Formats: sequence, structure tokens, C-alpha cells
Amino acid sequence: MILKVASVDLPVDEELSIVKNRIQPDKLTGKEKRMSIVTGIHGDELEGQYVCYELVRRLEEDKSNLKGIVDVYPAINPLGIDTIQRGIPGFDLDMNRIFPGSKDGSMAEYFASKTVEDIKGSNLAMDIHASNIFLQEIPQIRINEISKDTLLPFARRANIDFIWVHSAATVLESTLAYSLNSVGTPTLVVEMGVGMRITKSYCDQLTDGIFVLLKDLGIWTGDVIEPKKSIESTDGSVHFLNAASSGIFVPEADHWMNVKIGEHIGDIVEPLTGKILQKIFSPCNGVIFTLREYPVVYEGSLVGRILERS
Amino acid sequence: MKKKTIFTMNSIYRDDFRITGYEFGSGEKSACIVGSTRGNEVQQVYICSQLVKHLKKLEAAGCIKKGKSILIIPTANHFSMNIGKRFWVSDNTDINRMFPGYNLGETTQRIAAGLFEKIQHYEYGIQFTSNYLSGVYIPHVRMMETGYETPELAMKFGLPYTVLRKPRPYDTTTLNYNWQIWETRAFSIYACETDYVENMTAEMCIEAVLRFLKETDLIDCETSDVPFPPKQISESQLVSVKASKAGILKRKVRIYDYVREGEVIAEVIDPYEGEVLEKIKSGVSGNVFFYNDNPLITANTIVFRIVPE
Ligand SMILES: [Zn+2]
Repeated sequence: MILKVASVDLPVDEELSIVKNRIQPDKLTGKEKRMSIVTGIHGDELEGQYVCYELVRRLEEDKSNLKGIVDVYPAINPLGIDTIQRGIPGFDLDMNRIFPGSKDGSMAEYFASKTVEDIKGSNLAMDIHASNIFLQEIPQIRINEISKDTLLPFARRANIDFIWVHSAATVLESTLAYSLNSVGTPTLVVEMGVGMRITKSYCDQLTDGIFVLLKDLGIWTGDVIEPKKSIESTDGSVHFLNAASSGIFVPEADHWMNVKIGEHIGDIVEPLTGKILQKIFSPCNGVIFTLREYPVVYEGSLVGRILERS
Repeated sequence: MKKKTIFTMNSIYRDDFRITGYEFGSGEKSACIVGSTRGNEVQQVYICSQLVKHLKKLEAAGCIKKGKSILIIPTANHFSMNIGKRFWVSDNTDINRMFPGYNLGETTQRIAAGLFEKIQHYEYGIQFTSNYLSGVYIPHVRMMETGYETPELAMKFGLPYTVLRKPRPYDTTTLNYNWQIWETRAFSIYACETDYVENMTAEMCIEAVLRFLKETDLIDCETSDVPFPPKQISESQLVSVKASKAGILKRKVRIYDYVREGEVIAEVIDPYEGEVLEKIKSGVSGNVFFYNDNPLITANTIVFRIVPE
């Protein structure tokens, strides 16, 4: 059932809407649990598009096993996705920095507030992101440390590779996940893959994980996989690798690869002179969970993140 | 005057990225003035260039007070200016949302850190900036209520209004907020226009900064009298007037104009058939403080902000 979450008239002959697909059993008892899957807040992150497709396809294919409600929101920022932009065209702020929004605010703030209102009350929500066009991420869930007690048990069932519990920061108080978590709707933030691409294997992996969560919640009675055991950031510290010079980054190591201290991660080179400007080595023994995808770097650009492990 | 390079970074396809500052006088770090941090803040860089010109003359005439130094940085983002982009050239991040910065972090965090290191510890910090609501404002001073704000000092600019606002989470990474937290008395000045130079309001802002520097005893110079006493308001007092329909917007009033409650101050026109879809009325009597300058309007968008009588 396709439902309109919010809509607004654009200047010339067009209505812009956020829509969702509500998938539920044909007969309702009124006691159904609900899980919401949200994506497309950032218009350049597309991995969630395939997850939504695959999730809806599988649910519709075997609806007799559906005992609860699944709400799927593929595009919270439809104009961004349509126009290949991360943000909302013509609006300065990152959409994930304006939650919980406001009913009386601008179009973006209005959409933000309607989105929160609509998802609120779900037994579990998941906001799927896909890094950005610069960095490749392994399937991971990021958790603000203030909500780790509520979220870790869910995250461990999501069939993802890595759980990153990060410290609280004031700016993150305006994300969708923070807003929902603070009104008592447990919300997981997934980051995986890379911007402007679909990494099908990651999408299938996460979809399998969503079915595990649905089954745990009593929404799904079909067969599910045994979720993989995630590595957790509390197991070791996270090291950031930033470019010391502007240039072209050429990776030597592979994404999601174990590395030893001093191992060669990649080089920053200069095409004009044929020189290596910086050789990048691992500062620790660990695993590369973020690796730069987009070659052009400025001084400071992130080239990778390594989780230290012994 | 000393022309200084505040920060540099190399680029492999372009000239080096440089932030340039102009220092007048010497001694105590008294006032720092920062122009554009975004590439479209053209009015802001223009105002700073004129201030550099004025202070050059004042310094030559011995009019900078002894033991006081004033630093002017016309822009912290000329790379974006040169390519007609508002945010950072490669990753589209906003330098004004990266403070206090981090010198081992991402590119714009490093730029913010490099800049902040050099502009910290001034007694007064003045930033020419622009808002995410694009449009035209009455020139005003804006301060965030951090507990360190000093609205009485803001009155010394003599601009028509000082607006106080409660910071939201995303404000905590702006230059203004961080200046205040690190004990600089910080003021953001909204100079009416952003994307192009508007002479009259630019002159007003230049005069306001000179007046402030004179009133705080940093320079000696002639300034004109303030035509009417500045008013202090909080952002929540401003009354928004919205369009409920979408279409082509025809405004009937400008900034400063006095409007009466119930007066029709704009119309929304059907873009295909030319009919008036909506007559937009002011909900209060007062002066127009802001108008949206976009001729195409989305439904439920703020068109005006009015200072009630
Ligand atoms: Zn994202």
C-alpha cells in the first residue's frame, strides 16, 4: 500500500512527495509490531535503493509469513536523488542536520518533521546510508554511545560486519536517528558501500539481516539466515588516515583486509612529475574498514580508517 | 600595514590555496574582521576590501591607537569564489560549519583550524556572513545566546538592529559560536546582499565597523551620526509571513517598508494562466526585515520576516 508521508507544491506544475510502502498482512489484529526502513536522506547514497527493492520483493513474494507491519521509505530526499545531489537542491543545510524539523519551517524542515512523526512509534527503525562518493565502507552500524544499551542487541542481529560505537557530538543531535532514538523509537544507522553505486553483495547481506530482525520482532515467520558475528569498535581503537599532501591516491591494500603495522596502504602521487608525494603505511595491526574510492585528494582528505586489532 | 599569509595548502591542479590577512597597528590583539567563508559571499569580501583601504589611510595618518592591532581577512575561501560555488571546491563542505577545526582532520577542518589558530584570542571578532535563507535583510548584527554574548556592545555598530538567537545543534560549529566560547566578543554582520555588491548597504556596513572600532577606542576617525537608535530584538520576535500557494512571487514591499496588519504585501501568480492564486497579507504591523528574493516560490515558504511595532 503506497502512502503519502508529506507533500508540497513546487513553483511550476509539480507536487513533491515523500512516499512509503506499507506492507502488512491482509487481516490485522491491531497488535502488529512495526519496523521502518528509511533511506535516501542523502541524494548521492544509493545502496539503500536496492535494499528497499529486494526487501519489498521478498516480503510480497511470501506474504503468508508476514505477521506485522513493514514500512519502507526509499527516498526522504527525492529531489536530491533525482538530481544527483547529496543535499536538497537550493537548500544549504545537510538534510540530516535539521531533524526533528518543524511543521512551520521551510520545505526541508517540514519534510523532516513529517518523517519523524510518521516513523515514531515503530518498534525498530533503520536508516540506511551509503558513505559518500569518496569513501568505501564495509557494512556497518554506527551507534551513538548514549544509546548503546538499547541499540547494541539489535545491531548484533543485523548481519553486518562491523559495529562502531562512537562518542556523542552536539552536531549529531540533529540527525534523524538521534531524533527518533530520543523519542523512544530505537533507530539503527547503517553505513555501507560507496556513494552513487550499488554494491549488490552488501545489499543482499543487509537484507538478510533485516529479515533476522523482523523475525526477532515477530513480524516475519519465514526462514532466515544465522547472522554473522560483527566486529565491534570497543574491541580496539579506530585510526584515521588522512592525506598529508594533495594529489592522486592509489591504493595498494584492499578494502576489509587485515594489515600489519607498517604495511603499505597506498600512495599519493603526482601525475605531472611522476613522483610519489606520500607513501601511506598502517599505524597499527588491524583491519581496513574504510578505504578511499575517489582518487583526487586535497591535504587532509580521508584515505582510510583502520580498526586496531591484535 | 602588514600583508600576511594566514594559511596555505597546495593543490596539484590549481594555484596554492592561500588565506591572506592584513594587519594594522601592533600590540594587543584587539579586533579581527573576517569576510567571506563561502564562495558566493561577494558583498562580504567587497566590504572587507574597502575596510582594508580605509585602515591603510588611517594607519598612514597615525590614527590606529598605540598598542592595538587589527587583522582583516577578506576571504577564507577564494578557491570557491573563483569557480562560482558556495561551499568547498571538492567535497562541498561548509568551512563555517567546521570550527574550531582540527589540524589532523579533513581538508575543511584543517582550513578552519589553521584560520582559527590565527584569529583566536582577539578581544573582538567580526564576521561578515550570510544565512541559509537566501534573500535580502536589513543590515544587522547577529549574536548567538551562548551565555557569553554582549548585545550592549553590538549597539556600538549603530546598525538598525541587533538580533539575538538561541543556537541550534548545527550552530555549534560556526566561527561566531567558537569565537564566543573561546572568549572573543563575537559579532556576525548580515550585509543585506550576498551574491552581488550593493553599494548603499555596503557603505552602511563599512561605516558601522569604523564606528565600532572608534567607539571601542581602537582608531580615531570621523564617522557619521546614527540616523535612528539601534534596536535589540530576539529572533523569535520576528514574525514570518509565508506563501501557502506555489507559483511566481510578486512582492509589493521592500526592506524597511512599514506594513500594516492585513495589508497585501505580495501575490502568488499561477505560472501558466497568470491568475492571482494568493494575496499574501502581513499578520502584523511593522517593518519588513527580510524578504525572499527568489521569483519562484514553493508552497509554505517564508516570504517575509517582519519586526512587529
Ligand atoms: Zn548519508
